Amino acid sequence: MDFDTFLPVLFWLLMGVSMLAYVALDGYDLGVGMLLPRAHDDAERDQMVSSIGPFWDANETWLVLGVGLLLIAFPKAHGVILQALYIPVALMLLGLILRGVAFDFRVKARAQQKPLWNAAFFAGSLLASLAQGWMLGRYVTGLAEGPMALAFAAGVAIAVPAAYVLLGACWLILKTDGALQERAVRWAKIAWPGLVLALALVSIATPLVSPTVAGRWFTLPNLLALLPVPLMAGMALVALRGLLNSHRIRGPQARLAWLPLVLAVSVLVLGAFGLAYSLYPYVLLDRLTVWEVASAPSSLKIILVGTAISLPAIAGYTVFVYRVFGGKTSGITYG
Amino acid sequence: MDALDTLLLSRLQFAANITFHILFPTISIALGWVLLFMRWRWLRTGHTAWLGAWRLWTKVFALTFALGVVSGVTMSFQFGTNWPGFMARAGNIAGPLLGYEVLTAFFLEATFLGVMLFGHGRVSERMHLVANFLVAFGTTMSAFWILSLNSWMQTPQGHTLINGEVHAVDWLAVVFNPSFPYRLTHMLLASGLTVAFLLAGLAASQVLRGRANAATPKVLRLGVTLAAVLIPIQILAGDLHGLNTLKHQPAKIAAMEGIWHTERGAPLLLMAWPNEAEQRHDWAIGIPRLGSLILTHELDGEIQGLSAFEGAHPPVKPVFFAFRIMVATGMLMLAVSWLAWWRLRRTGWRTEATGPRWLWRALALMTFSGWVATVAGWYVTEVGRQPYLVYGVLHTADLVTTTPAATVACSLGGYLVLYVGLLLAYIAVLRYLASKPLDAAGPDPIVPGMTPEQGLVQQGA
Repeated sequence: MDFDTFLPVLFWLLMGVSMLAYVALDGYDLGVGMLLPRAHDDAERDQMVSSIGPFWDANETWLVLGVGLLLIAFPKAHGVILQALYIPVALMLLGLILRGVAFDFRVKARAQQKPLWNAAFFAGSLLASLAQGWMLGRYVTGLAEGPMALAFAAGVAIAVPAAYVLLGACWLILKTDGALQERAVRWAKIAWPGLVLALALVSIATPLVSPTVAGRWFTLPNLLALLPVPLMAGMALVALRGLLNSHRIRGPQARLAWLPLVLAVSVLVLGAFGLAYSLYPYVLLDRLTVWEVASAPSSLKIILVGTAISLPAIAGYTVFVYRVFGGKTSGITYG
Repeated sequence: MDALDTLLLSRLQFAANITFHILFPTISIALGWVLLFMRWRWLRTGHTAWLGAWRLWTKVFALTFALGVVSGVTMSFQFGTNWPGFMARAGNIAGPLLGYEVLTAFFLEATFLGVMLFGHGRVSERMHLVANFLVAFGTTMSAFWILSLNSWMQTPQGHTLINGEVHAVDWLAVVFNPSFPYRLTHMLLASGLTVAFLLAGLAASQVLRGRANAATPKVLRLGVTLAAVLIPIQILAGDLHGLNTLKHQPAKIAAMEGIWHTERGAPLLLMAWPNEAEQRHDWAIGIPRLGSLILTHELDGEIQGLSAFEGAHPPVKPVFFAFRIMVATGMLMLAVSWLAWWRLRRTGWRTEATGPRWLWRALALMTFSGWVATVAGWYVTEVGRQPYLVYGVLHTADLVTTTPAATVACSLGGYLVLYVGLLLAYIAVLRYLASKPLDAAGPDPIVPGMTPEQGLVQQGA
């Protein structure tokens, strides 16, 4: 494989990493948004929103980068996929708009309007999550039509918000303490089966829908080589569930408060690895390969230079910001 | 028929989105630098009024930025949902330019915005100032890349067509295409003027409602001075941009000036009612020969008319009227800002109710005048590019989605309702924030749960 042939694959990987970063990062934001109505009082709601306040803008940028890379590297697939998903994309955008503006409006508008913007925050988060789940469900089957495929998409549409709620709850376990943290542990326990269901659904349905995927996983020796992926994901899930009962994640001095979030994210990473293995080298399963829809090599090279320089910088200052706002969030006020 | 409806609805949807979107970057580009100025003035003078002004306008910035981000994300998706042909055929150029915008600017501003909004007391004063600078720099870089792409779509160069697809040949020529320097200058000045009138307008409405505080005279002086300095520069830059357009997009100029047939010694039309079917004006008020003089610097210079661009010129009315709205708003800005500067300077920028009430009213009425001029200006340039999406290269009608018209109508309706609601909420919140007493109590907010000593140690660190 020479460099020009490898370039589209590299961009396919970069796009996947951006989307994974988006799901993991904005996932906890949207999860917290969906948990907002479960808060006990207004002070708790403020604390929940404050915990994600300094991060959400940058988190959402990963979606722009992900869809941007789809557009930059695979412009023809960009059109095909987004046109097929026209309605869920529009719904997701409406949801993200509502959620994003509610951050500021809920504390800057007159006090009596705050419940309205809280409701917009919740509704926007839920709508965006449901739409993303539906799109993921449609995408992994290669935009297949028919009742089976649509039922599958509906299943994923419900499972993805559950996964986000789990991420959001784990985030709150890390960033809060006291009564709110106790509640976050309970929310995490409720959402846990949702994530298990999401992973099971995607894992079972993709080989059923596509013989390509089935052939790739269920032949020897591939099966044996790949077995660690689902095993590790399963172990992480079990460890996460066990940890939710432990006192080591509770209280201001808890040593392991970060571990539930890390375990939840690692499950996502393993899931993304499995999905990438299933899909390669397709941008759209069984229909469009990376080479069929890639931009001209000269365009890919010019953006590769920018990516190579700026991605490390982005990673660097993202780490900086997470350090600045590390620890429990009681000190941050959104005003 | 169905394809035509989808085209029209997709264009309306894109126009709605871009109109809504541009309102917020127009404010945040210049406001970032104004905030940096306020922070710097506070550190230099120690006047808590500057800190109070910085806090209020930081809130405005946060809200504005959020609206800009969410409407910008929408745009990046609509290329694919509504204009798949554009991406398929011009993606080799549009993709990298948009990609550089995200990589070099969007991440920078979005990440450091968190430090700027919540980091006071968590990072050192210097780091906080650096964060403010990086946010301002990031928004300006965003404008650089987006305007480069937009300008390339107006005056494309540095590319070649292979099988109907655009391929880049010379990237420097693509980025620094002929209209780019003019458009970037014109837009940055527009942003500065929008913020200047916003500052002055909200200060004036504080005076009118008896809510003036210690920061009001300072903000008022900053806004009015900025407006008075920038508006003549903007008029000059706009004139140069117009000459650049005449060279590269003469059909757009013909529509802006309402010139139907090529003529020498063309008049400058102050107002007219274009009749596109009969290719004439139903009525017109103009100054003879001035049009030719401005555009060609000769009294009987020749200007090409619309009939010279049969089938390749934009619809006349929107371009013609939008141009006049932009110019009229600019002239009004000149008059109000110079008058206000002269009048308020005499009274030492005092904001007691003794000041001339008509002047406060005029400034308050002009609060959002920057939006009017900016949106009108964008309509001139974007509608003026029609019927092309990439001027002279790709036709808009060839690139639209095949999505059914009814679906596009639904999404358009949804966006419109949301945008109108958010716009009203935004204006209401700005007025509400300006009516609250100034928050300039302490030099720094101390983080709750931390003793003042700890807070000071952290600042020094």
